Amino acid sequence: MEKETCTFSYCKRPEVTEVECDLLIMGGGMAGCGAAYEACRWANEKGLKVVMVDKAATDRSGAVAMGLSAINTYIGENKVEDYVKYVRNDLMGIIREDLVFDLGRHVDDSVQLFEEWGLPIWKKGDDGFSLDGFQAAEAGKKSLKDGGMPVRSGKWQIMINGESYKVIVAEAAKKALQTNREKTGMEQNHFERVFIVKAVKDTNGKNVAAAIGFSTRENKIYSFKAKAMICATAGAVNCFRPRSVGEGMGRTWYPVFSAGSGYAFGMQAGAELTLMENRFVPARFKDGYGPVGAWFLFFKAKATDSFGNDYCADKEYFDDAVARYGDYAKGLGTAIRNHLMMRAMKDGRGPILMQTPAAMKALGTAFKEKLGDKEGAKKMKHLEAEAWEDFLDMAIGQASLWAARNIEPDKSVSEIMPTEPYLLGSHAGCAGFWVSGPGDIAGTPEHYSWGYNRMSTVPGLFMAGDVVGASGHKFSSGSHAEGRQAAKGAIAYILDNAGYKPAPKMSLDEIAAELYLPFEIYEKHKTYTTEPGVNPNYIGPKALQARLMKISDEYFGGVATWYMTSKTMLEEGLKQLEMLKEDAGKMAASNLHDLLRCFENYHRILSVEAHARHMLFREESRYPGYYYRGDYNKIDDANWKCFTNSTYNAENNTWELKKVPYVQMFK
Amino acid sequence: MPSFVITEKCDGCKAQDKTACQYICPHDLMALDREKMKAYNQEPEQCWECFNCVKICPQQAIEVRGYSDFVPLGSSTIPLRGTDSIMWTIKFRNGVLKRFKFPIRTTTEGSVDPYAGKPAPDFATLKQPGFFNGPARTE
Repeated sequence: MEKETCTFSYCKRPEVTEVECDLLIMGGGMAGCGAAYEACRWANEKGLKVVMVDKAATDRSGAVAMGLSAINTYIGENKVEDYVKYVRNDLMGIIREDLVFDLGRHVDDSVQLFEEWGLPIWKKGDDGFSLDGFQAAEAGKKSLKDGGMPVRSGKWQIMINGESYKVIVAEAAKKALQTNREKTGMEQNHFERVFIVKAVKDTNGKNVAAAIGFSTRENKIYSFKAKAMICATAGAVNCFRPRSVGEGMGRTWYPVFSAGSGYAFGMQAGAELTLMENRFVPARFKDGYGPVGAWFLFFKAKATDSFGNDYCADKEYFDDAVARYGDYAKGLGTAIRNHLMMRAMKDGRGPILMQTPAAMKALGTAFKEKLGDKEGAKKMKHLEAEAWEDFLDMAIGQASLWAARNIEPDKSVSEIMPTEPYLLGSHAGCAGFWVSGPGDIAGTPEHYSWGYNRMSTVPGLFMAGDVVGASGHKFSSGSHAEGRQAAKGAIAYILDNAGYKPAPKMSLDEIAAELYLPFEIYEKHKTYTTEPGVNPNYIGPKALQARLMKISDEYFGGVATWYMTSKTMLEEGLKQLEMLKEDAGKMAASNLHDLLRCFENYHRILSVEAHARHMLFREESRYPGYYYRGDYNKIDDANWKCFTNSTYNAENNTWELKKVPYVQMFK
Repeated sequence: MPSFVITEKCDGCKAQDKTACQYICPHDLMALDREKMKAYNQEPEQCWECFNCVKICPQQAIEVRGYSDFVPLGSSTIPLRGTDSIMWTIKFRNGVLKRFKFPIRTTTEGSVDPYAGKPAPDFATLKQPGFFNGPARTE
């Protein structure tokens, strides 16, 4: 195919702005806000310039944009070592224990700051029942920092009133950036509605010299030159064909705006990836994708097949799972519970039901026995509000769906179902980059640490949150804490490499031409057909996404094949994906919104390619319930209890994959 | 559940350079029709139903209508977000009405002073565990 180039013969040349700073933070979600908060405090003392770029408005950007009803990682009275073991069990035995331990020993400080800044945290009342954030304050309950007792919904989770969680965390980050502006005299160091498209390497062949992107509000291109960068953007959503393909395509479990941009950024910079075959397939309330955690852990509800049987206790299913997946099956982690649910569904025992009425009845009876009828009924009403708040804080559409279907949880059961797959590294998944650990934890092997905490294999390029591989179960609080850890590592790197002056390999003209190519293509060809939406000369953002979703779903283990794939399927899918990637050279956009969608979908394509190549490389089914290799449908510890790492060479479009030894640091 | 804008209520945020809903939408969905001076959701199938446009709209002109793939008609979910709490009114298809009020923050908006009362960073600990405000926990 003829290659298109942009000479600005058809589309208007944008204004190009170069921003120079010491530390660039990409992404304004929990990890980015944590990075800004920690970095500015250190940077202010040395006059270093910190800049944060967010593709949305930081008040409501990232995975916590809607709010959250719980903070899933708070160590509190538990041991950090036990946290490591829990994460290891849930991620089927292969994690970077140094990273997880390091996160565990830091995370509580972030949670305590959230409370100080104004996040309402539930506390245990004197009667053993829960108090919301206001009731706790009225009752004079202590803050977490001063030894206050949170309400645990599980061993690691605490309940919050989290509608404004992100707004509060963003406020601290924005104020921190303001102090840095005041110290350094920078005019602007917080850029909203600027979308970073790619990394530009340094002429030294090692560093990333610039991150380039465009404003989604005006015709303006940015090149951010920095001595160090923290990539703190989200995982990848809407890569696989979702279960709802009309308007409901937006009702993804993880935020629909997570486009794998951080994966793409690091890949294009040549950073090493790890465990990109990992994915997360949450079992959630059907269609609305509302959270089930509180129902399982807090309200003690049971999930059963349609006949009331506990499918996890089915002897035939369980024995088969143990035969294939060994002791991992016995731990009944998230993946295995999914696997057993899918067995029941495939045998026609669905729909799978969350038995909410039974759970609420049991709690109601217990309350009345303990408190008497009147007080018991009052507590029950509070409990009902808590159940609704669980949805209204983080999956509002699920509340609306219950209302539309006349479902009251004390009267009707609700369906649960496994979703389409998601790629991420901060929730119950661990797909991301291979980063340096802190190095000080006893038993750390040499290949886990190379100097700066959370630095990727590209010097000066740090990772935090979703894009850090092999260390899941950080969630919101852990991502914030990890952003802070990465910030410290990055500040240390900047001080140690004070003489480094970024020298991007691309000129500003070349950058502008590359980022605005979809405009040039559209303007050049749009009049060739009577309807610009159908034109043989280009591909629009919706078509890019539809093709990607179809390939992923049908070849890479989406819902179409019950998460099943194999060598032959992966190879065929990769052939088709390669053509899609080529066609992305003919992406067309008629406005800034479409330009954003074009590059977001290109980032999704790269993320999925990494995912597929890793699945092809790992010849076993390490994550049953998330995906299966039909040709190797078992866990094979003898050959595959290791990390799978890859590097993408963007210049010649080649991949290198290798095994990297896993080391158990905590017995 | 895509957001929709009620024609009569939307004033396009008057003469502001951008509307509140455009400012807040995490997915760049809200757009302004400059001829009509009314906002609209330009890509309903990408709406995550986060309700941020609904909560921020100064005219209460934005609501959501259930995803046409799977939500029956006839219900509504309406938030009213104040400075310290949020009120929800949920109307079921069968007319059942539920109202909830939840806390959203315990401090005044804008009152966060990020480093007040916190120690200055000690550069000798920069490469050690811990944050600027204290060491990591040990067991």
